Amino acid sequence: MSGPSDYQPSNPALQWIERRLPIIGLMHSSFVAYPTPRNLNYWWTFGAILSLMLGIQILTGVILAMHYTPYADLAFKSVELIVRDVNYGWLLRNMHAVGASMFFFAVYVHMFRGLYYGSYKEPREVLWILGVIIYLLMMATGFMGYVLPWGQMSFWGATVITNLFSAFPYVGESIVTLLWGGYSVGNPTLNRFFSLHYLLPFLIAGVVVLHVWALHVAGQNNPDGVEAKTEKDTVPFTPHATIKDLFGVSCFLLLYAWFIFYMPNYLGDADNYIPANPGVTPPHIVPEWYYLPFYAILRSIPNKLAGVIAMFSAILVLAFLPWLDSARTRSTKYRPLAKQFFWIFVVVCILLGYLGAQPPEGIYVIAGRVLTVCYFSYFLIVLPLLSRIETPRPVPNSIADAVLAKGGRVAASVAVALVAAGALLAGTIQDARAAEGNDKPPGNNWSFAGPFGKFDRGALQRGLKVYKEVCSNCHGLSFVAFRNLAEAGGPGYSPAQAVAFASEYKIKDGPNDAGDMFERPGRPADYFPSPFPNEQAARAANGGAAPPDLSLITKARSYERGFPWFIFDFFTQYQEQGPDYVAAVLQGFEEKVPEGVTIPEGSYYNKYFPGHAIKMPKPLSDGQVTYDDGSPTTVAQYAKDVTTFLMWTAEPHMEARKRLGFQVFVFLIIFAGLMYFTKKKVWADAH
Amino acid sequence: MNPDASTIAAGAPIEVDLSPIAEGQDIKVFWRGKPIYISHRTKKQIEEARAVNVASLPDPQSDEARVKSGHDQWLVVIGICTHLGCIPIAHEGNYDGFFCPCHGSQYDSSGRIRQGPAPANLAVPPYQFVSDTKIQIG
Repeated sequence: MSGPSDYQPSNPALQWIERRLPIIGLMHSSFVAYPTPRNLNYWWTFGAILSLMLGIQILTGVILAMHYTPYADLAFKSVELIVRDVNYGWLLRNMHAVGASMFFFAVYVHMFRGLYYGSYKEPREVLWILGVIIYLLMMATGFMGYVLPWGQMSFWGATVITNLFSAFPYVGESIVTLLWGGYSVGNPTLNRFFSLHYLLPFLIAGVVVLHVWALHVAGQNNPDGVEAKTEKDTVPFTPHATIKDLFGVSCFLLLYAWFIFYMPNYLGDADNYIPANPGVTPPHIVPEWYYLPFYAILRSIPNKLAGVIAMFSAILVLAFLPWLDSARTRSTKYRPLAKQFFWIFVVVCILLGYLGAQPPEGIYVIAGRVLTVCYFSYFLIVLPLLSRIETPRPVPNSIADAVLAKGGRVAASVAVALVAAGALLAGTIQDARAAEGNDKPPGNNWSFAGPFGKFDRGALQRGLKVYKEVCSNCHGLSFVAFRNLAEAGGPGYSPAQAVAFASEYKIKDGPNDAGDMFERPGRPADYFPSPFPNEQAARAANGGAAPPDLSLITKARSYERGFPWFIFDFFTQYQEQGPDYVAAVLQGFEEKVPEGVTIPEGSYYNKYFPGHAIKMPKPLSDGQVTYDDGSPTTVAQYAKDVTTFLMWTAEPHMEARKRLGFQVFVFLIIFAGLMYFTKKKVWADAH
Repeated sequence: MNPDASTIAAGAPIEVDLSPIAEGQDIKVFWRGKPIYISHRTKKQIEEARAVNVASLPDPQSDEARVKSGHDQWLVVIGICTHLGCIPIAHEGNYDGFFCPCHGSQYDSSGRIRQGPAPANLAVPPYQFVSDTKIQIG
C-alpha cells in the first residue's frame, strides 16, 4: 500500500541527502503518510509497545553488559555489584529483568489479538510467520538472559532446558555437548550464552524490520477484517496512529513502572538470589512465567522424547495457522462459534501456565494432560472444523460502514468466558486452601513496606549491632562494604563513624614486599570479612550445613503464597515474604518437638523452617544484646531489628527506588492524560 | 563450539580412595563437573537390589551388570537424574536408593529407575579398581 514516496524535504541539506539516499522519504511514507485503517482499536497499539520494549531491552542490555562479568565465579557477584555500586544500576537491572517479562506480556497480547482478528490470513501469512520466528528468537534470548545472573534457578533452569535436547535420538547428546561446551553446564556454557544473548536481540531487530516491511506491503488488518478500499477507510499514520500509540504506550509504561519501582522481584524466583551451586538442586525448578504453559505441556507427557516434541510443536503449530484456519471471514467478531472457542482457548493457556508452576503430582498431572489435549485440538480440530461448518455473520462492506454502525454489543461472550474462567479458578482456590499448612510465617508491620516505605534508622543500627555481636560469628555479609553504612538510605552513620567502625575489623591484605600476607585495620572500602575462609570450612565447622551468607538472605528466602494471594499481592505491593520468613525462623525455635516430627541428632526444631529440622541452634535469647536507645531487649525485637537490617543489606537502594518510582508515576499519569486528550482531539473528525 | 582443550584436560581420569567410606555410607565426588555417587552398600541393600525381577524394571538391567564383580558392595553412579538432569538425594525414597526432588523419580540401591518420569537408570561412569580400596574414574 505504501508506494514510492513523493515526499520532498524543504531543507536543502536534507534534499541533498534525499537525492542520494531516499531514507527520509521512506520514513515519511512508512510512518507519516502511511494510511492506517480508521477502525483500529487499542489492541493495535501493542505493535508500538513491542518496538519500544525491544529498544529498551537493547539499550539497558548494552549498558548492563559494560558492567557484567561473564565468568562462572564472578557473574553472580558482578550482577549484585551492578545493583549496588553502578549509578542507577538497580534501575537498569530492574528495567531489563522486568522488561523481559513485559516484553513477553505484550507479545502474548499481540499474538492473541492476531489470533482473534484473523491477522494471519491471506495476504498476511508471511507477516504472521515472521512473527512466530520473532517469538521463537525471543524465547531463546529470554532463556539465555535468565542464565546470566548465575543464580540457582539460572543454573538449574539451564541444566533442565539444555537436557531437553538430549531426548532426541542419535544427535541429542552431541547437541547438548555443543550447548554446554563441556561435560556439564559450566563456565563455557555461561560464556556462549552471554555471547548469544547479546547477538539474538539484533537478529530480532532484523526480523522486526522484515515484519514491519511485510506489514506495510499487505497493510494492517483491522477489527472488522475487511480490507481498506477507499480513502474514507483510512487515516494517515501521523498524527492519528502515532498519538494513539503514544497513549497506549504511556498506559503500558504505568504497568511496567509498577513492577520496576514497587515489585521488581514479584515475577522472579527467590532461589535466583542464591549463587549457582552444581552440587545442590533446588527442590522445585520453575521456569520464568512466560514459558510456563509450554513447561506444563512438556511435563504432562510421560515419555521424555514425546514431551519435548509436544512442547516444540505447541509453538510450531502457530506457523501453520494460516492454513489450519481456512475460514473466509477474518475477524472472529463475525464468527459466533469461533469467538466462544477463542475465549476457551485463552483460558486453557492461562490454566496451563498455572499448572506449569505447580509440582507435577496428582491432580495437576491429570489436569495438565486434559489441557494439553485442549490446546492442540484448538488448532488441529476446532479451527479446521469451524471453518467448514460455521456460518459467519455478514461483514460490513467497508471499514467506513463498520465505523458508522459501531454498536455496543461487545462484551457478552467475553463476560461468559470470564465467568467460566472464574469458576475454574475458584475450584483451584479450594484445592490451594485445603493444601495450605498452618506453618506460614506470620505477617509483620515493616517500616519499609509499601510504596512510601522507608527503613527505620534505629532498627537498622540495632540490627547491625545484633548482626555484629551474634550472627557474624557464623554468617558472612560479603556484599556489604563498611562505606555502605554511611550511604544515603542506610543506617544513617556519618562517614567518620563508618571509618571508625571499619577500623575495628582486621582485614587480610597482601602480599607485601616480602611476599607475605598481613593483617591491617579495615577501611571503608573493605567488605565485611566472612567468618570462614571457604564454604568447606564453614560446612565442617557447623555439622555439615554451611551457614549462608546473609547479604541477600531476605531476597533469597521466600515461602509459597499460593493462589489467590499472589494476585492480591500484585495490588497491595506485598513484597515482604523474605523478611517475614527470616523473622519467623529467628523466633520459631521450640524446645518441645511436636509429636510425629523426628529431629535428627545435631539439629533443632524450628516451626517455620522447611522440614522443621534446622542445623542452627537457637541464636537469640532475651537480653543477649544490650541496646543503648532503650528499646526492649527481647527476641522479638532482635528478630525484627536484624531482619530490617538484612532487608537493607539485600537492597541498599530501596528508598531511592521507591522515591524515584513516585516521581515517575506522577509524570506518567500526567503524560498519559495529555496523550489521551490530544488523541481525542486528533481523532474527533475520524470517528 | 565443542569443548576446548583445557576443558578436556580437566576431564582426565581421577583416582578415589575408598578406604574412608564405611559400610552404609556414600560420598559424592565431582568428575567432569558431574557429581558421582560412590556408595558402600550394606548386605541388605545388595540383597534388595538382587531380589528384584529384572524383567519387571522400566530399564531392565541386573545389579551384577552395574557393579564390578568381586567388588559387589561398591556402587558407582553418575548422580544426575536421567529425566532432566537434577541431582538425586542419596538414602531417600522407597527403594533404599536415590530420590530426585525435582520431579519425583525414585531409584533403587543399584541406581535403577523404579518409579517416576525418568526414562533410564542412573548412568554408571567408566571406572576400574586400581586396588581393592582405590578406583580410577574415567
